Amino acid sequence: MTTSIRTTSRFGVLLAAGALLLAGCASTSTTPAADTEAATQADSFAISDAWVKSAESGMSAAFGELENSSGEDITVVAASTEVSPMIELHETVADETGEMVMQPIDGGFVIPAEGTYALEPGGSHIMLMGLDQPIVAGEEVTFTLTFADDSTVEFTAPVKDYSGANENYVGDDSEMDMDMDESDTSGSDDS
Amino acid sequence: MAAPDKGAGRSGSTRRQFLLGGAVAGVGAAAAIGADLALSQNDSPTASASVPLNGDTVVPFYGAHQAGVDTDAQAHGTFVGLSLHDDVDRDGLRRLMQVLTDDASRLTQGEAALADSEPEMASPPARLTVTFGFGPGFVARAGGTGPAWLAPLPAFGIDRLQPEFSDGDLLIQFAGDDPTTVAHATRMLLKDARSFADVKWTQHGFRRAYGSVAPGTTMRNLFGQVDGTANPQPGTSEFDTVVWHTEGWMAGGTGAVVRRIQMDLDTWDQLDRPGREQSVGRYLSNGAPLTGTAEHDEPDFEATTAIGFPVIPEFSHMRRSRPDDPTQRIFRRAYNYDEAPTGDRVSDSGLIFVSFQADVDKQFTPIQRRLDELDLLNEWTTPIGSAVFAVPPGCAEGGYIGETLLA
Repeated sequence: MTTSIRTTSRFGVLLAAGALLLAGCASTSTTPAADTEAATQADSFAISDAWVKSAESGMSAAFGELENSSGEDITVVAASTEVSPMIELHETVADETGEMVMQPIDGGFVIPAEGTYALEPGGSHIMLMGLDQPIVAGEEVTFTLTFADDSTVEFTAPVKDYSGANENYVGDDSEMDMDMDESDTSGSDDS
Repeated sequence: MAAPDKGAGRSGSTRRQFLLGGAVAGVGAAAAIGADLALSQNDSPTASASVPLNGDTVVPFYGAHQAGVDTDAQAHGTFVGLSLHDDVDRDGLRRLMQVLTDDASRLTQGEAALADSEPEMASPPARLTVTFGFGPGFVARAGGTGPAWLAPLPAFGIDRLQPEFSDGDLLIQFAGDDPTTVAHATRMLLKDARSFADVKWTQHGFRRAYGSVAPGTTMRNLFGQVDGTANPQPGTSEFDTVVWHTEGWMAGGTGAVVRRIQMDLDTWDQLDRPGREQSVGRYLSNGAPLTGTAEHDEPDFEATTAIGFPVIPEFSHMRRSRPDDPTQRIFRRAYNYDEAPTGDRVSDSGLIFVSFQADVDKQFTPIQRRLDELDLLNEWTTPIGSAVFAVPPGCAEGGYIGETLLA
């Protein structure tokens, strides 16, 4: 969607807060889509230290620290990116056998009031499930997050090579393995 | 160099002014240490925090020049030469340097890199610096034109160069006072370089441990010699003239020569003290020239002995390396190495000779040519590795090292 930015005073303050949080991470930026004067969930949102795991094809995941500067919980309910038409919000939990598996999270990522929510390998993450092109280290991938109130925010995340984040994936009807070993070696062969 | 008691002293003033807009240098460092101490006190109230820890000291990453050149040499240095993969193009180089710059900018400040598997190991920074240099192959791949001196040094008669210690497309110098931190930074950046380049060589070096001697003390090499007395002092105009390149994409950068000098301690042992001192022209005790009493006394090359021989011999290292031409000056920033011996030897030791100079051809090569022709030290030393790199300028926050070539 097209983001329109209105520089209300409130927005200015939030942007400044975001800039502080992002200090030292020049490649990450957020652009809240403030469609109305009223404060949206997106207005209260910031992300720092965002990154995406490189992959030749298939699956990958995005991580970062989600932050909520408002006094009420905000909820990320969806994500999208051009590089992967299929994308889900995942959590990692122990299944009945005790094995850690990842699965779509019910109710989205709830970022507590004045709090943070970590997306990290071995934990919750934004799952890219249908890469239609390789994403290689040093590139930037743009994501759009949608919140429970339909407000949206855009951010970019640099791509990094990473050997971990190989959790098992339990889909709706079949079990898949998010083993990206093949893509991991993309680096050592060619990229 | 960022020790608060040294204030705005010797080095890095240019970089800090760049960063702080001319604010008094020591204040930032002291404030940073204070904040760290406050944090660690909260973490562990029983720990004694009355003494500022060197581990908390950070060297600014961003600035007009890359850190790790005019930074008072840290205790540990790891030098890595990388070979680019064939398929890495100009865009690949840009991505590589953006990733590595981001890693270095975080780790040198004691913060975990993005996707750092061991984030706790970013701390303490202990004056970690990460410095990048581009070999001829890097600049060619970028489609750029390097300085004329960016090429392997001429072959010298004394050289016994081994490919495993020579050349390379990209140099990364990791230096810090904590070897664990240096090891983690090395691991982190090499993981991120892996899809672009292979490790061609790695050299580990050391100087005195932090706190053993006063900062700025001239190092001793493993021959026991005081090594580097004639260095220009960072923070002086002389240093700036000797070290910093001033033109094109290299403005604010410098030229790096990295040579591995094997030192034969077994045959050196056969030489008595007067012979050792004459080979260099300096006293072993304090590095004073044989015509003086203190390390920094000017040598008197005219002085003769009672029977008419020069006090500082014609064949001595100091006389041979000392130029008549004042533009032939370099800044040395060497590290000792001491590896596992093989066969019946009891040591495999030497010097990772590192020098920075604005123009390698004009400043370094003439000195090395004279030493190649005559230098008694050649009896016990053998260059076994050699590489030349163009160290690009530093960058501002939001930029990346190499942007003047790649942007």
